[in-house]
Amino acid sequence: MKYIIAVIQPDRLDEVLKRLEEKEIHLVTVSNVVGRGRQKGIAEVYRGHKEQGSLLRKVKIEIAVNEAFVEPTIKAVIDGARTGQIGDGKIFVLDLPECIRIRTGEKGNLAIG
Amino acid sequence: MRLTLAIAVVVLLTAGTGICETQQLVQAGSLTSQNSTIDTGDTAWVLISAALVMLMTPGLAFFYGGLVRRKNMLSVLMQCFMALCIISIQWVVCGYSLSFGPDKHGIIGGLDWSFLNGVGMTPNAAYAPTIPHEVFMMFQMMFAVITPALIIGAFAERMKFSAFVIFILLWATIVYAPVTHWLWGNDGFLKNMGALDFAGGAVVHINAGMTALAAALVLGRRQGYPNGISPPHNLPFAALGAGLLWFGWFGFNAGSALKASGLAGNAFAVTHIAGAVAGVTWSVLDWLRYKKPTTLGMITGAVAGLAAVTPASGYVTPIGAICIGIGAGIFPWLVVTCLKTKLGYDDSLDAFGVHGIGGIWGVIATGLWATKTINPDGADGLFYGNPAQLWIQLKVVLFTVVYSFVIGFVLLKFVDVVIKLRVSEHEERVGLDLTQHREAAYTLID
Repeated sequence: MKYIIAVIQPDRLDEVLKRLEEKEIHLVTVSNVVGRGRQKGIAEVYRGHKEQGSLLRKVKIEIAVNEAFVEPTIKAVIDGARTGQIGDGKIFVLDLPECIRIRTGEKGNLAIG
Repeated sequence: MRLTLAIAVVVLLTAGTGICETQQLVQAGSLTSQNSTIDTGDTAWVLISAALVMLMTPGLAFFYGGLVRRKNMLSVLMQCFMALCIISIQWVVCGYSLSFGPDKHGIIGGLDWSFLNGVGMTPNAAYAPTIPHEVFMMFQMMFAVITPALIIGAFAERMKFSAFVIFILLWATIVYAPVTHWLWGNDGFLKNMGALDFAGGAVVHINAGMTALAAALVLGRRQGYPNGISPPHNLPFAALGAGLLWFGWFGFNAGSALKASGLAGNAFAVTHIAGAVAGVTWSVLDWLRYKKPTTLGMITGAVAGLAAVTPASGYVTPIGAICIGIGAGIFPWLVVTCLKTKLGYDDSLDAFGVHGIGGIWGVIATGLWATKTINPDGADGLFYGNPAQLWIQLKVVLFTVVYSFVIGFVLLKFVDVVIKLRVSEHEERVGLDLTQHREAAYTLID
């Protein structure tokens, strides 16, 4: 089992979700986050006071999958999120030792889908 | 401390009851004889205007509230609304009488009208001959409320609530009342000198603005100022607040005609024109200097323009209002965006920069563009052949700037010595909403 975290541009979320849906990956957790990468922020100005190094709004997607779904998931996120511009984001893939479905108590591969 | 407060309230209430009885008798006697002088149109307009000006304080709460950090939102709303409650009571007890009551040496009103003794349904000919005296009193009450509330902009995010309450009560009594009497009270010395302040450029804006500067200096900077302070937490609230202020300003300025007249109509027009011109001017300056016009800059400019035209609104033409609006876009902009950073004082929400500077510009500009063609009871300014009026207006600026700054400074120091003005470092970090009020403005989880 793997735990896949993708940080993407907010406006790409719908496209990424559509691509994941096509590959029958339905279970995702999405959150609004702020962060800073190589793209850097756009400096804001309030009554002449400049806010330096401001953080940019991003969307974080978290997906837990069985091994067979790792590559399709990564492909779906890349296809949905890539614009070719700086700031498209990153995908992190982590090992996932355990997963439990709260309703039934099922564990591991059974619980994840 | 708590016991003393309780005793004070009881004493005031008992004293009030006694006076109320005699007051009603007096009113009943004089009601029939003078009732005929009341003009229903004038009365209706001033009643509505009082309600419009009342709405400016909640408007200011959202204007300021949007500009602070999330953790201090409620503290700003609470300070504004508490000013509305407390100053209203102070106005009834002694504020109105000290401001407008029978003159003492041109400096202050007597206490004869304490608890609104004798302030009833018959007009007071000296102030407003065609509306009930009580309506004039209520209209003026709303000015007395919003003026100390304006100062909040300078000490936002770091003042103890208890210190705030004591400070505004002292300030309303020792600073607002005399300055109001000088300019608007019957036989006030600046009024008798020929000073022109139609709706409160000096009484409200210079007065609040100069004490705001004193507050920024006495309290010192917020922790982390300037670079460690997060941006305004909700600019849409600030824009909403600016809109409510703008709306209320029609009552503030056009209501100050105290009649539903042509003069009120002109004040209405020039108020709007100056606000609009200053909003555009500020935007243009932002655009030139920072490459983009900002929402915050636009609404700040509009408020500065409305503040600047306040003293002039009963005396200037639309052309005069355009000139005043341009100046109100330029001078406060310079102070807020350039001078404040250079000098390093933390006027958190620019109460001094916008209201102090806007007010000073407005009072001076009244001495430039005032004309008797608009108001025969006023005076001509420099550009209409009367340089003496400019000199009078400069004296108004001098007296109010010095008095409001010095006495404001002393009062703040006094409260600081007695109970400390500022919250602890820890409380400031956690935020005033939680530490002063045990509440949070926003829940993070449902």
